[in-house]
Amino acid sequence: MSTAALYTWRKFKNAMMLSMTGLSLLAVIGVLFLILAYTVSKGINHINWDLITQMPAPVGEEGGGMANAIVGSLILVALGSAYGIPVGLFAGIYLAETEKGWFARTVRFLTEVLNGIPSIVIGVVAFIVVVLPMKRFSALAGGFALGILMIPLITRTTEEMIRLVPSSFREAGLALGIPRWKTMLFVILPAAFKGIFTGIFLSIARAIGETAPLLFTALGNRFWSTELDQPIASMTVFIYDYARAPFDDWNQQAWAASFILIMLVFVLNIIFRFVTRKTYTA
Amino acid sequence: MSLSMQDHNDQRSGQQAVRPAARALSLGGMFRKNPGDLIFENVTRFFAFIVLALVVLMVYEMTVQSWPSIQHFGFSFVSSSDWDPVNDLYGALPFIYGTLFSSLGALLLAVPLSVGVAIFLSEIAPGWLEQPLSMLVELLAAIPSIVYGLFGIFVMVPWLQTDIQPFLIEEFGWMPLFEGAPYGFGMLAAILILTIMILPIITSISRDVMRAIPDTQREAAMALGATRWEAIRIVLTGSKSGILSAALLGLGRAVGETMAVTMVIGNSADISISVLNPAHTMASVLANEFAEATSQLYVSSLIEIALLLFVMTLILNAIARGIVWRITKRYGAVAA
Amino acid sequence: MYDIMQQPLKRSSMSSTQTAEEKISVATDMETAPRMEALRLNAWYGKTQALFNVSLEIPRNKVLAIIGPSGCGKSTFLRSLNRMHEEVGGRIDGRILLDGEDIMDNDPVFLRRKVGMVFQKPNPFPTMTVAQNVVAGLKLNGMRDRKELARITEENLRRVALWDEVKDALNKPGSSLSGGQQQRLCIARTLAVEPEVILMDEPASALDPISTMKIEELIDELKKKYTIVIVTHNMQQAARISDYTAFFYMGKLIEVGKTSKIFTKPAHRQTEDYVTGSFG
Ligand SMILES: Nc1ncnc2c1ncn2[C@@H]1O[C@H](COP(=O)(O)OP(=O)(O)O)[C@@H](O)[C@H]1O
Ligand SMILES: [Mg+2]
Repeated sequence: MSTAALYTWRKFKNAMMLSMTGLSLLAVIGVLFLILAYTVSKGINHINWDLITQMPAPVGEEGGGMANAIVGSLILVALGSAYGIPVGLFAGIYLAETEKGWFARTVRFLTEVLNGIPSIVIGVVAFIVVVLPMKRFSALAGGFALGILMIPLITRTTEEMIRLVPSSFREAGLALGIPRWKTMLFVILPAAFKGIFTGIFLSIARAIGETAPLLFTALGNRFWSTELDQPIASMTVFIYDYARAPFDDWNQQAWAASFILIMLVFVLNIIFRFVTRKTYTA
Repeated sequence: MSLSMQDHNDQRSGQQAVRPAARALSLGGMFRKNPGDLIFENVTRFFAFIVLALVVLMVYEMTVQSWPSIQHFGFSFVSSSDWDPVNDLYGALPFIYGTLFSSLGALLLAVPLSVGVAIFLSEIAPGWLEQPLSMLVELLAAIPSIVYGLFGIFVMVPWLQTDIQPFLIEEFGWMPLFEGAPYGFGMLAAILILTIMILPIITSISRDVMRAIPDTQREAAMALGATRWEAIRIVLTGSKSGILSAALLGLGRAVGETMAVTMVIGNSADISISVLNPAHTMASVLANEFAEATSQLYVSSLIEIALLLFVMTLILNAIARGIVWRITKRYGAVAA
Repeated sequence: MYDIMQQPLKRSSMSSTQTAEEKISVATDMETAPRMEALRLNAWYGKTQALFNVSLEIPRNKVLAIIGPSGCGKSTFLRSLNRMHEEVGGRIDGRILLDGEDIMDNDPVFLRRKVGMVFQKPNPFPTMTVAQNVVAGLKLNGMRDRKELARITEENLRRVALWDEVKDALNKPGSSLSGGQQQRLCIARTLAVEPEVILMDEPASALDPISTMKIEELIDELKKKYTIVIVTHNMQQAARISDYTAFFYMGKLIEVGKTSKIFTKPAHRQTEDYVTGSFG
């Protein structure tokens, strides 16, 4: 190849490859907007008061809502949070305080492991540990599964956020003769509070969006129930059932529920990003 | 402060450098004598222990519960393709095959696309655009998988059925890969939806890895008369192992993804080379059959599938983390 | 910030019909036509201006040292000469000539082959072997002949006096060498594309004294064939190795002349203060 031809070829390749990267980005963002556009356009028309205040209509009938599913999701997430948040939070504090040693290192690794476990597998474990002994599907089993899912996220953000607090804070506390635990609780945690708090919210967002671990734990329920030892409805399982139902009206309701879900999750995510970025630059 | 991909282990060196004073103080022995500190430390350690206990419990329980199936079928569980609840015969090969096929297929599509996006974000986009664009890409990861499934059923599947698959059959039907009828539901839909779902994680890790390559490398290339793309190639070579670990983490996600796949893959325990046919994955068979499993052996077999899934993702994640850990050791100073 | 196609930047605002009288020739005592020339060069990073109206001739086959306090624009000037300045989003106006031709007229990809650059921190490609590093630039230009590449590798490693040290380590990663060896490897890499001008931005500042000495010896050797512009912080180094010295201060060229003159009888008070160390 002559120098000139080679040069033309190199310029061409440069232009082409650079444009390809731009096109990849456009494609990916295009898909995001496509999903959002469908969810909004199909969902928004069917969001009405009934959807959030009514019980599901009997099979084959139009109308109805998912009041029980909304309440069910909240109960499930509350159950998960009840133990997921303390475990995640304190484990995160422990890891932030303990840099070395086999135990801290193991826990840190297991946090990553836990984070990578498919949520359906966590559902299976909750089935074994809660459903089998109780001999019935229950809200407790679903809450147990969601709690496991929340732990690694909370542990990780807690550790990271604490580490972002300037060491001068800690030194100032310790230099004043304040015990380490008080320095942690009253100086460092408040400084990292915003980040940790939104991290917790993010894990709640994740738990609310989960379906797989609920399928054979909380199961779902077409009727009103807030009993913890009974099967309970949830928004995601509601969407799953209504999406596969052969009724147009139900499918529409699935879209509307998805719209609500997605808004919830996005708002929590965007808040999280905003807050953590502030913390980073502070 | 550090790469988001960074394993916690890797920040150690940096931390020590930053906080010598804190270290000296905390080891000063003062708090060791303080009962409050002692209690606090042990309480937090207890909660850390719960994390460890949970994982141990999970492995233990799954092993115990799948023991009947493991004993009954032995190795044939993973080599047999007979999945026959009526006769209480369980072979998981179709699901293992479906899981590998769908996730590797998704990986094949997602890696080039993700790396392209990562290049654009890290090497081309102007600084002020990089953050918002990255955020958009990462928002894809925040969409619940049930919503992907809904989108799959009502948008992607009809589109595949009426537009894409007839075209594939027409043009490429002679290839076994595209043999069959246009159902819409099936392996192709699963692969596409998984591709979208694993894009964000591969993209953001690759971007972080590429950004950790010092600018002096790009300058060295440019100063030799490299075009911008040729300079990027240098950056890419330096990021190879990081991109590999990003791909493995993406694969881990794909392997375990349940809802979206279950909703579009067609749920049929057949082993087929054609992407047009319905299939099943390990996760989707759990989602479909677990709640209805009747016999004890049936449940036990399903739990064994869950255990296999757990082991698969564990291995993938461990390898990926190991690679990340090695890289951050190499570029440690740069990453901080 | 980035120009996707690497199009040349906007043409300089000065007209090309500018007459010779207009240009401010500071180094009037050069024997031959200059290899490069900067004419009323201004440079910016975004809105901050880093160079003000710098006009300077770069003599052929000589070593020109650029000195001045940190932040005075030495690197900016150097990086304008091979258009690396625009890669970090910088902008210039004024003209820069290479053998009488405006460097903005040509693709930077070509320019940078003629005007090579050595950086402050050695930056071999860690994913390439020592040998691959040397010929990295040539490969871009399509050279594939293995024998020829091997010959060029050896030739250039010998020129930087590195051959004997690394001839058994040619297949090790470029980053496995010591700092001083890495910097000589980078020089070899720059030499391999046969440039006419070599720009060096404090090439020895990150090295130990012995490696520094080797680099200085090398520069002395290279000036027989190449035009060299070297930025240095080290006054003794400038005095030892350069033929001409330019003193920059706050983005302006204060004074340029024969090194012996700059260090003994500078015309400006600021220069004198700086070279005698009583600066600031
Ligand atoms: N990438 C950059 N962005 C913005 N300003 C810069 C950049 N690089 C250098 N500058 C500014 O330009 C001026 C000249 O810098 P430089 O040429 O690097 O100085 P020197 O090499 O003499 O130390 C300094 O004031 C510096 O702060
Ligand atoms: Mg400089």
